[in-house]
Amino acid sequence: MKNLFPVRRSIMTAAAASAVALALSACGAGSNPLEEDTSGPAASSGAAGQLVVGSANFPESQIVGELYAGALNAAGIQASTKPGIGSREVYLKAVEEGSVDVVPDYSGNLLLAVDPEAKAASADEIKDALPAALPQGLAVLEPAPAESKDAMVVTKATAEKYKLTSIEDMGPVCKDLALGANPEFAEREYGLKGLKENYGCEPKSFEPINDGGGPATLQALITDKIQVADIYTTTPSIEDNGLVVLEDPKNNFIAQQVLPLVSSDSVGKEAADVLNQLSAALTTEDLVDLNRQVSGDEKRNAKDAAADWLKEKGFAE
Amino acid sequence: MNIFAAVAEWFLDPSQWSGPAGIPARLAEHLGYAALTLLIAAAVALPVGLYVGHTGKGRIAVVSVASALRALPTLGLLTLFVIVMGLGLMPPIWALVILTIPPLLAGAYSGIAAVDRTLVDAARAMGMTEWQVLAKVELPNALPVLLGGVRAAVLQVIATVAVVAYINLGGLGRFLIDGLAVSDPVRMFGGAILIALLALVVDGLLAVAQKYAVSPGLADRRHRQRRETPTVGAVQGGI
Repeated sequence: MKNLFPVRRSIMTAAAASAVALALSACGAGSNPLEEDTSGPAASSGAAGQLVVGSANFPESQIVGELYAGALNAAGIQASTKPGIGSREVYLKAVEEGSVDVVPDYSGNLLLAVDPEAKAASADEIKDALPAALPQGLAVLEPAPAESKDAMVVTKATAEKYKLTSIEDMGPVCKDLALGANPEFAEREYGLKGLKENYGCEPKSFEPINDGGGPATLQALITDKIQVADIYTTTPSIEDNGLVVLEDPKNNFIAQQVLPLVSSDSVGKEAADVLNQLSAALTTEDLVDLNRQVSGDEKRNAKDAAADWLKEKGFAE
Repeated sequence: MNIFAAVAEWFLDPSQWSGPAGIPARLAEHLGYAALTLLIAAAVALPVGLYVGHTGKGRIAVVSVASALRALPTLGLLTLFVIVMGLGLMPPIWALVILTIPPLLAGAYSGIAAVDRTLVDAARAMGMTEWQVLAKVELPNALPVLLGGVRAAVLQVIATVAVVAYINLGGLGRFLIDGLAVSDPVRMFGGAILIALLALVVDGLLAVAQKYAVSPGLADRRHRQRRETPTVGAVQGGI
């Protein structure tokens, strides 16, 4: 490369820089791996009288964690956050050990994690089954109306064409519809098997798209390459594109209400009351909105987005 | 049961060897995607590489473009193309083509550029046209390096075609991506072994083909040229 003139080198640098820019922009979509750990070392110490609110390793969990911590602090109960602890196995253990006192969770998946044989499907069944299924020392507080779970989503045009409002309506016309979802949908209980057993629905084809209802799935749905997609109920793209979420009267997708998983020793009545009040006010629309602020183009800090919501709902000033 | 026994059992299960999701069908799909990718990439890269090697024009441009292309993450490109163009066979294939062009281009360009200039001058002095120089002197002499580029490209494509299973295509990548989705390490391990074996077998076949395709008289010259023109190696390494 000895004969490269500076000008040419600058071209190469520019080419390399644009390649890097492209590479970086190609991976953004979901989470922000550089999310700051706002807690600092003090958070993990769990000093007496101070609650530690953990969260799982995805943005929605971190948002709800900030909501919990913000509401507790506003009510005069000292709470710090420890965001992005990891998957359920990791944070369950953290709560059991006492290094974390509160973690947001989803009722159905939490139940299946502690009792893989559980058959409960509706919100109430799961709520009733949870306390007994949880290991010693763990408890759950009141679940919020907010739910974050898989859902069958169609475009408005498809819904009108086949007169669909619930998956039940879809049963008879399923053979004309191509369904797109993550690959595991082909094998999980709630997936193709559940659709067939609960609703007699056998889609024309199953198209695995491995982005968790993300941009590629959305694009395929909007361009009618697929007619039905599995997208999480709290995904902003549902609302942004006027998509229709089909109802699930037979609870093929078991209820996944947002609720605080707590350590029963360290979370007292006062703190539980605050969290229960917060849960009562938290709706799926609120989560969609908060997700949009944090994971959308705006890329807001989860703490700021949570603080605004708390102010708006009167939990903080 | 340990993972190796489980994987062996997975391979021995007769249901793995039939049907549209069986190993033979996935293998055929895998090879089909790889062949399509290589055809398109070769149609782009070889003419450009030969032209640049023969004329010496645009050398810097080719080196920088090829390096920049190589820096692009295939999975990111695949997602981008799927979002822009929609589901289908071609968006992922284009992403793979971009991965495949650099080694082919490098092989063609540096193979031609490394041909002893005195040979080329002699050919011209004998009255050969430029086409004849390229086809009868440069190309045969460049074949060892050029085929080396082809081998590198084939190996990369076979290993990377697995990413197309990220969307609704088949290939051996289905075992990896579906296995990961349902936390089935045995299936992933099986898929990884199949892809590695396929890459080794194909590379072995190409090595044999390369041996027979290259004129025996070139064997010595190759070694001498490598010593005399270290820049070739540098360019190849740089691309």
